Amino acid sequence: MPINYYIITAIALFCIGITGVLTRRNAIIIFMCIEIMLNAVNLLLVAFSKMFHMAYLADPAKAATSGIDGQLFVFFIMVVAAAEVSVGLAIIVMMYRNTHSVDVNFLNRLKN
Amino acid sequence: MNAIIISAILGVVMMYSGVLTKNTSAIRNVAIVGLIVLLGLNMAEGCGYQLFHINTKGMMSFEKYGLLFNSIAFASTLIYFLLSGRDVEKVGVYVAEYFALIFFILCGVAIVTSFNSLLLLFIGIEIISIPLYILTGADKRNLKSNEASLKYFLMGSFSTGIMLMGITLIFGATGSFMLKGIAPLVTGAADAPLNVWLVSGLLLLFISMAFKVSAAPFHFWTPDVYDGAPSVFTSFMATIVKAAIFVAFLRLFDGAYGEMKGAWQSIISITILLTLFIGNITAVFQQSVKRMLAYSSIAQAGFMLFALFGFNEFAKEGIILYAAAYSLATIGIFAILIKMKDYTFEGYNGLGKSQPVLAATNTIFLLSLAGIPLTAGFFAKYYMLAAAIKNGTQFWLVIFAVLCAAVSVYYYFRVIQSMYFKTGNAETTTITPAFKYVLIVLAGIVILLGVFPQLLLSQLYF
Repeated sequence: MPINYYIITAIALFCIGITGVLTRRNAIIIFMCIEIMLNAVNLLLVAFSKMFHMAYLADPAKAATSGIDGQLFVFFIMVVAAAEVSVGLAIIVMMYRNTHSVDVNFLNRLKN
Repeated sequence: MNAIIISAILGVVMMYSGVLTKNTSAIRNVAIVGLIVLLGLNMAEGCGYQLFHINTKGMMSFEKYGLLFNSIAFASTLIYFLLSGRDVEKVGVYVAEYFALIFFILCGVAIVTSFNSLLLLFIGIEIISIPLYILTGADKRNLKSNEASLKYFLMGSFSTGIMLMGITLIFGATGSFMLKGIAPLVTGAADAPLNVWLVSGLLLLFISMAFKVSAAPFHFWTPDVYDGAPSVFTSFMATIVKAAIFVAFLRLFDGAYGEMKGAWQSIISITILLTLFIGNITAVFQQSVKRMLAYSSIAQAGFMLFALFGFNEFAKEGIILYAAAYSLATIGIFAILIKMKDYTFEGYNGLGKSQPVLAATNTIFLLSLAGIPLTAGFFAKYYMLAAAIKNGTQFWLVIFAVLCAAVSVYYYFRVIQSMYFKTGNAETTTITPAFKYVLIVLAGIVILLGVFPQLLLSQLYF
């Protein structure tokens, strides 16, 4: 399959994520949209990684490991995303305990 | 490498010390001793004494420049611990964990000052950001702290997503995460036309870094987060963290953006213009000193962006000096702010009479931020503007920056005016003599750097 399909899918997912972050008002949904953005990036990285590997198959003069670091990056993104989820959900729970709401429209006490 | 590993170990040590003892002053002493060890080992690495020999496959390189910045960051943190360590204990009960998180942030700082690969840039920035989300929300019962933390978290991870997309597009265009692998393609040396993925990737990366350093038009989270976070932690994230991300930004420009920097100058000059304008003008209208400092930190970021604009030897030296001058002065101002009962300008009325030492040192720090000669801030600003002038283009931007610095004098001097020329009784919490001595030493350093900036800069070459 041509790489273009992957690129378009990933960028579409990424844009859905960005739109969600900017328009939704529920903290959990915003958070989910951020995860969609990160996963779009993962998909694109894997696709590019495969693309560079195919380039190696076509032209053995290139390094056999070409593109492998793209896949490694995906693992790092997953780990960091997991760390972020654990902190982020804790923050949202803390917020919920105090306001009994996860609506970000509540977040206007600092504006004065 | 010393700094990265030792700071991570110290973070774990702090967590265990919280399990072993509930005595907060013992925990604080462990943190201070640990930090001194960290600072010493980092300086030792500058002299070629490495504890660890790890093959990083060229993903990191430890040069004098990054190591010197690490030393500045650690020394500022040491002063911060000495001044505000007791106030950390007042935020909540998990004192050891707060110190542990600060050590983890320092680990991230050491990574972003030495990365050669975009992978490590991403990891370093995340290691800095995630503990900061927690520290911002450390005051769990306070709604403002919760709000700041949630806002910071959502904005921070959103910009992380943008950064990752940028890195991925750059990877797609070049097949490499290494700065060295990207640079030839950016400069066009590899005979490849600048493709659309590479340009959009670099642009997304720029946007996300601008988010992190709170440059306009991506600054909107800064005032709320800095205002809502517990003041002790605002002090840390407005100074050391911000300066570290600037060094990362400069390093990124040095590598990835390569010769293309000319094309970026128009984008950067617009960013500088907006940042200086919004930061300074909004700061004028603030009623709370803490919020004023948040806007002033945006304005100072505008000055630090001149390093990217100028991008020559002056800029590289200047950002080191700026980081030191800005961090030290702001840490001092915040340390005094934390002691005040009322954070508004009126709260400072008559401080000159009731606490002459605090008022005098606060004046020196404010003068330094405003960039008055004989304080460190003057040479810091001088180097930044000199870098831009030496660059030779867009001279109007320098004039604009000088005008903005003049505006900034207004709101910094408002605090001085409140302290000395208005009557009132500024209420403070109890102030120990040790606190005053550290403040005096800090003010001494600010003046010393203002008279002999070469003391710091010569470290780059020996």
